[in-house]
Amino acid sequence: MKWFYWTGWLPENVSTYGRDIDFVYEVIYWITAVTFILVAITMITFIVKYRHREGRRAIYSHGNTTLEIVWTIVPTLILVVLTILSVPTWARIKNQIPQSDLKIKVMGKQFNWEVSYSGPDGKLGTEDDIKFDNEIHVPVGKPVVLVLTAKDVIHSVFLPNLRFKQDAVPGREILGWFEATKPGKYEMPCAELCGFGHSGMKGWLYVHTPEEYAKWAREYLGSEGTKS
Amino acid sequence: MSHPGAVTHEAHAHHELGFLRTYVFSTDHKMIARQFLFLGLFMMVIGGILALLVRWQLAWPETPVPGLRPFLPETEGVIPPETYNMLFTMHATIMIFFVIMPILVGSFGNFLIPLMLGARDMAFPKLNMLSFWVGAVAGAVMLAGFFVQGGHAAAGWTSYAPLAAVPSYTGTNWGQNLWCLSLIILSASSMMGAINYITTAINMRAPGMTFFRMPLVVWSLFITAILALLALPILGSAAALLLFDRTLGTHWFRPEGGGEPLLWQHLFWFFGHPEVYILILPAMGVASDVLSTFSRKPIFGYRAMVYSLIAICFLSWIVYGHHMFVSGMDPRVGIAFTLTTMVIAVPSAIKTFNWLGTLWGGNIRFTVPMLNALAFVGMFVIGGLSGIFMASTPVDIFIQDTYFIVAHIHYVVFGGSVFGIFAAIYYWFPKMFGRKMNTFLGHLHFWPTFVFYNLTFFPMHVLGVGGMMRRIYNPTQYEFLQPLQPINVFITVSALLLALAQIPFVINFFWSLFAGPKAEPNPWRANTLEWTAPSPPPHLNWGASIPTVYRGPYEYSSPEVQEDFLPQTRPLAGARAGTGHH
Repeated sequence: MKWFYWTGWLPENVSTYGRDIDFVYEVIYWITAVTFILVAITMITFIVKYRHREGRRAIYSHGNTTLEIVWTIVPTLILVVLTILSVPTWARIKNQIPQSDLKIKVMGKQFNWEVSYSGPDGKLGTEDDIKFDNEIHVPVGKPVVLVLTAKDVIHSVFLPNLRFKQDAVPGREILGWFEATKPGKYEMPCAELCGFGHSGMKGWLYVHTPEEYAKWAREYLGSEGTKS
Repeated sequence: MSHPGAVTHEAHAHHELGFLRTYVFSTDHKMIARQFLFLGLFMMVIGGILALLVRWQLAWPETPVPGLRPFLPETEGVIPPETYNMLFTMHATIMIFFVIMPILVGSFGNFLIPLMLGARDMAFPKLNMLSFWVGAVAGAVMLAGFFVQGGHAAAGWTSYAPLAAVPSYTGTNWGQNLWCLSLIILSASSMMGAINYITTAINMRAPGMTFFRMPLVVWSLFITAILALLALPILGSAAALLLFDRTLGTHWFRPEGGGEPLLWQHLFWFFGHPEVYILILPAMGVASDVLSTFSRKPIFGYRAMVYSLIAICFLSWIVYGHHMFVSGMDPRVGIAFTLTTMVIAVPSAIKTFNWLGTLWGGNIRFTVPMLNALAFVGMFVIGGLSGIFMASTPVDIFIQDTYFIVAHIHYVVFGGSVFGIFAAIYYWFPKMFGRKMNTFLGHLHFWPTFVFYNLTFFPMHVLGVGGMMRRIYNPTQYEFLQPLQPINVFITVSALLLALAQIPFVINFFWSLFAGPKAEPNPWRANTLEWTAPSPPPHLNWGASIPTVYRGPYEYSSPEVQEDFLPQTRPLAGARAGTGHH
């Protein structure tokens, strides 16, 4: 059954907006599945019912205007509904980046993620940034803004469990965000072909409870990590 | 070209022209069509082998490939990552540019447009010959890339900059340069073909062949030619800029000199999305003609079929941004592209329903071309519906760059275009080569192909929903993908069987070519003009005079005649050449 009910294959969702993405996905899944089944049943019925038999003659018909208007308007309406359903979720994820005091810079380079937290000066992209290779640490239940860039070629930060994907483009700084809902360790592969080492270019996202995160931040960032 | 006086003179042309002018540097549209067909089928073998190597690596990562040891002595037959990147890059490049385009557009465009419109040849026969030979040079340049140091292009068929713009990023030097050069040459070839198709369709229709009496396959090739004429120059120009970045030190796509990596994507997809329709529209046309012929019934909603082709022609230019939702393009632009992408699904839906309407009430003959055309419709429905997931921006965030995309593209270009190609070959083979193909071998080819095709590509949706990225060398490097690995093995086994299923086709094709039973002029009892010419049609296609057209192409089971077909050329009492369509 799971073969056909694809939702069962989605990785566990642990982000706030992931629910909204999965909802749109689910709606499209059912609409397309039902459409396909109806088309397939119609087609098979016609193939069986109207197979060649001696002495029978095909119906001489060039079409039916009413029917054609119906099957133009109905798909149009469905697609308009899907557009209306998609746009607010998209806008919430991409256009409305929340204010956050936790900004992390992620720079893709062949073939690692270089992760920077701001140092004592509280600013990203300065000399005193604190850098990690291939690991991001964040607290649960708090919006986190990622500043994505790349050193050489285009990479793409993919966090399957957070429904997060954004290309990191050299020469640009692109903002992305997520809010994790469950502590844990989540894989972070590169999703854009970036050279011979593309496969295996991955990092880990560590989502901590607030207490654990504070402890980690004290140890590695030298501060509470909330306002760094 | 079409003055009747030429005919008596040309009756002996075959003897006068000699081998070279008849088979190699021919200006006859039918010979050029055969040349494109053989070029495409030869390249399909190469593209298929590359795909199987990719699949081997994905199922059994880093194990020696049987028979590959002589080619990869240093790794004892194991595919290294940079070679793997080359394999999938060249698989897609070859299949798209040197298999589907040459066969559907080059071969069937050339063969069908003059024959179905009642023209003696293309408008510009010499340009037509040049188009093929320039295309063949492009193919040779592309194949040469396999033999240069550093290997062939390895930046994906999309060749995103800066990865493809700087040699050191991939380690390929002349491979990627030749890739660019080949596509620049190919775009010139396509433009020559497109100008010819458009001119022929507009100017060289037989008396009575109005635009709305053209068969849908000709309409689709006409629209395809318009798309190709406008899209291929963009690819050629973009590839030239990429080549300049690589060799002359320009910075079109390189940010360190003020260039913009996303410019490449805008140019590539502005070409690339019309290109998708270049690959699928001719197959839609083929399916329309084959479905009507073997349902023994007029096509349902002919005008709607034409208008939906025209709508796709316009809309295909303003949807390309859906390839770039997570590229860093302004998200507000993404909203506009969602809307246009949803809109372009409507003409495709109309076509699908009209195909079903054509089957309704028919008297369906399950010939081999018909089976392939029916498979085309079913697979195109899946490919079209899976596209809706990508059109929805939030869902695309997750499935972008996963195997869901790989599944979708293969349902469109394999399930769609390739089943269209098979339908076309089985249907027009008797006309093209004057001999019939074997029906039993045709079934032996179709049924396993249909089954293993689905077993290969349907589970890829599941991999994509599970999050498996495309273009990765070894899925077992990722913890979250390890539970999906049995599916990869399953897909590879199916793909190997899919390849084996092509053997009956190869045998059938070559056996029928030389020893198949001779075909009569109209073996399928079809209406369109090509079936009024001998099989195969002689030079200049018809004898003393070209056919006159009295009606549309789909008058099957018309009450006006006893038989269940009514050729476009048969005069009936009361019918006049040049009167409107039914």
